[in-house]
Amino acid sequence: MMFNVIVILVLAVILLAAAVYAVAQKDLLYAVLATGVISLILSVFFFIMQAPDVALTEAAIGIALTTIIFIITIRNTSRREDEVPVEHEPDRVDKESKIIKQ
Amino acid sequence: MKKLLVILLLAVVAYSLGTALMSVKFGENRLGKVQDEETVSAFYLNNTPEKLSVANVVTAIVVNYRGFDTLGEVSVLFLAAMGLGSILYHRHKEGEEEEAILKPSSQLVQAGSKLIFPAILVLGAYVFIHGHLTPGGGFQGGAIIATGFLLMMMAYKDYKVSHKVLTWVESIAGVTFAGIGMWGLIVSQSFLENTLPIGTLNNLFSGGIIPIIYVAVGFKVAAELTGVLDTLLNIKDKH
Repeated sequence: MMFNVIVILVLAVILLAAAVYAVAQKDLLYAVLATGVISLILSVFFFIMQAPDVALTEAAIGIALTTIIFIITIRNTSRREDEVPVEHEPDRVDKESKIIKQ
Repeated sequence: MKKLLVILLLAVVAYSLGTALMSVKFGENRLGKVQDEETVSAFYLNNTPEKLSVANVVTAIVVNYRGFDTLGEVSVLFLAAMGLGSILYHRHKEGEEEEAILKPSSQLVQAGSKLIFPAILVLGAYVFIHGHLTPGGGFQGGAIIATGFLLMMMAYKDYKVSHKVLTWVESIAGVTFAGIGMWGLIVSQSFLENTLPIGTLNNLFSGGIIPIIYVAVGFKVAAELTGVLDTLLNIKDKH
């Protein structure tokens, strides 16, 4: 029983830390990897709470597919979260209007 | 000091989360006796094993009692995949060099993924074929199979899946689902009526139309997600 308590508490701490990290991190690649960690721990929690169906879905879609899709998207856009809003950055606006014209 | 505070706060929140999870006894049968016999959940829990001979009550609800909702869910996934494909699909022109955005993986990864790929496919097929007996079902099995294909796409730079085959698999699976529904409408005046023999509990061939529908859903989801991943991975590199 004591062992279970410790495992669940450690997992909960990692889950929350990963969630905070994903929000705070400016490098989007690391943020996406943190969301993958969240999904991993969530699927363990779903299993503990006797929802193995949901745990399977979370494992396959949350950990693998969503993470990879986000990584591909980051690969094709920009990696760092912009601190300057888009309209104050003339270079960026040019790029976007070019893409729209194409 | 600030970091210490953050750690302390995380510990407090984690403790409350942990105590909530702690009340769940691991491995214990929590279904037990249903308090109020009049509720819908009581009806499902009491009647599913005898009337449908389906061990996994979740599957019985998803495919049998709420089968029409599942058909809608499958079509939502189909529409999402179709929308993504219509935006991102890139027709291969003559004389144009196709260049995948991935860099080639190491030999170790390639050999390992070749080894593990069939096992992933078998696991996915197991999950959706036994959807009415064990946890899991069409959506879960399909997603697992799609991760297998994803592994191969990541490991081998020139691994191609045929979109023609994916389209056919998806169409046949969708038509099977809708066709079974129409068959129920013809035979017993209700869409997706469970018209096939029920069989005995815990047999593979039991539960009437439930295993057939879940196999169709599994193929459909696997084909859709694989198509989405292939489309995304083959976006032409603009840099």
